[in-house]
Amino acid sequence: MAKVLMKGNEAIGEAAIRAGCKNYFAYPITPQSEVAEYLVKRLPEEGGVFLQGESEVAVGYMIFGAAGTGERVMTTSSSPGISLMSEAISYIAAAQCPCVFVNIVRCGPGLGGILPAQGDYFQATKGGGHGDYRLLVLAPDGVQEAVEMTMQAFTLAEKYRGPVMILGDGLIGQMMEPVEFPEDLATEPINNDDWATNGMSTRKSKKRNLVKSLFLDPTDLNNHNLALKAKYDQMGREDIQFEAYNTDTDYQVLITSYGTMSRVCRTAIDSLKEEGIEVAMLRPKTLFPFPEAAIYDAATKDSCKTVISIELSMGQMVEDVERCVKGQRPVEFYGECGGDIPSPEKIIDIIKGII
Amino acid sequence: MGKAFSKPTVLNDTMTHYCPGCTHGIVHRLVAEAIDELGLQERTVGVAPVGCAVLAYNYFDCDFQEAAHGRAPAMATGIKRVRPDLIVFTYQGDGDLASIGMGEIIHAANRGEKFTTIFINNAIYGMTGGQMAPTTLPGQRATTAPMGRDTDATGMPIKMSNLLGGLVTPAYVTRQAVLKPQQINKTKKAIKQAFQYQVENKCFSFVEVISTCPTNWGLTPVDSLKWAEENLLPYYELGDIKTPE
Repeated sequence: MAKVLMKGNEAIGEAAIRAGCKNYFAYPITPQSEVAEYLVKRLPEEGGVFLQGESEVAVGYMIFGAAGTGERVMTTSSSPGISLMSEAISYIAAAQCPCVFVNIVRCGPGLGGILPAQGDYFQATKGGGHGDYRLLVLAPDGVQEAVEMTMQAFTLAEKYRGPVMILGDGLIGQMMEPVEFPEDLATEPINNDDWATNGMSTRKSKKRNLVKSLFLDPTDLNNHNLALKAKYDQMGREDIQFEAYNTDTDYQVLITSYGTMSRVCRTAIDSLKEEGIEVAMLRPKTLFPFPEAAIYDAATKDSCKTVISIELSMGQMVEDVERCVKGQRPVEFYGECGGDIPSPEKIIDIIKGII
Repeated sequence: MGKAFSKPTVLNDTMTHYCPGCTHGIVHRLVAEAIDELGLQERTVGVAPVGCAVLAYNYFDCDFQEAAHGRAPAMATGIKRVRPDLIVFTYQGDGDLASIGMGEIIHAANRGEKFTTIFINNAIYGMTGGQMAPTTLPGQRATTAPMGRDTDATGMPIKMSNLLGGLVTPAYVTRQAVLKPQQINKTKKAIKQAFQYQVENKCFSFVEVISTCPTNWGLTPVDSLKWAEENLLPYYELGDIKTPE
């Protein structure tokens, strides 16, 4: 298929449809409202369901209810809206229902601003809601990857029977880039009859199904949490994604960065290379599960003297990077979180400052 | 001669956790009878609330989802929208529906979602131990209103059925009670009618049921029925508030 020029938000909506998702519930919030405006036109063409809920709180539970029937379903929102949905995300993770949440992150805290940021890393990867759960978090670095990850997200949500989050940012949502929709990323819906509340008549067993998160018996609840943890551990074994950039050189500095910020870092690395300074980057594409071993290995290469995490936050992913480096190298940090994105020149200055 | 009386198929043969004299059991049975009589068991999905009925799914033999506090109407919306062939009902108490879940129920009703809500109004929080609800009567004692509900500080009890009946969107909204056999028969008819409207894909249907809470009212089951008759019914008048015709 030929490439088409699309805005990130619209491309995410189209990717969901191409992935076989025909159900979308959402509440308007900048900078992602174009997803809803796109899907309100496209979903009826596909015989799908579009509904604008009365709040992000309600939308979270519309997603929960729909996911509980085993149908593919998605919502999109931005930071303050995801805070409101986080209650439902905790319940959905506990009740083990596959669904996709897209967070086109804006600046926070509070109302913050409507420009791009990465300040929701903790919320996405450490649990925005209550209790012991994890979200599989995919972090695209542009519109093409946003498309691919949205399509993959439904397959991963079904593989692990739980919520998956796409953590983009306002830039990815708003900018236009040429994209294609890889047909091989669309998977057939799986049979959910062993757990989904899709009506007893639809399944051979004729036994009823329950979608719930309440376990009053301590042993039952502990076993339930162990089962959830087993899934999160499996994610770490089977579904870590990352990009290693310029790591086949004798680099002095290893950058860790993701999403929009990593694109600027890549440009800076190319410029430094021309000056004869080798810098590499390890870019997590899954923020959970986190590429722990890859970061450790890249950081402890003999030539590497320093690791620096560069983020559109006040220092969030850096805590995971420090955990992975295990004190073997100094871990520096640079971040901005007002909505501006640091220029390649700024990153070059920062790198030169630590060499 | 055939059996004159038996347990509805969709009702499980099990002990419930409800307190002695609580009317949840009666309403569970009426819902089960309606589902049985309309032949809906195999395509019904119930949505349990948070509150005394959180474990309702232990007593019904049909698919069930368990919502967070107050969110059952949003969950039911999600189920019904993506699977309109399913029969969906929420079963909610007054703390769940009229307090924390006020937004969800109003908007679901206003969108005309084609599901059914059974609303148990006993004017108090049960599961958490007798706190004041939005439906608690003026002067009625609760653990968070030990001197009785002060309407200057907390307003007047919310008449949910009247509130929902005031929406312009067509709906079936009725208030019934289960304090006397005659009322129970009427409630049965109302619940069956509510499901029938859903089967016909006609409208949102809402049955408020005036119920008792002997434990948290501090009354015997018999005195509870009497207290509800004398105090709740004058404020919460019974009857259809709105029909879709």
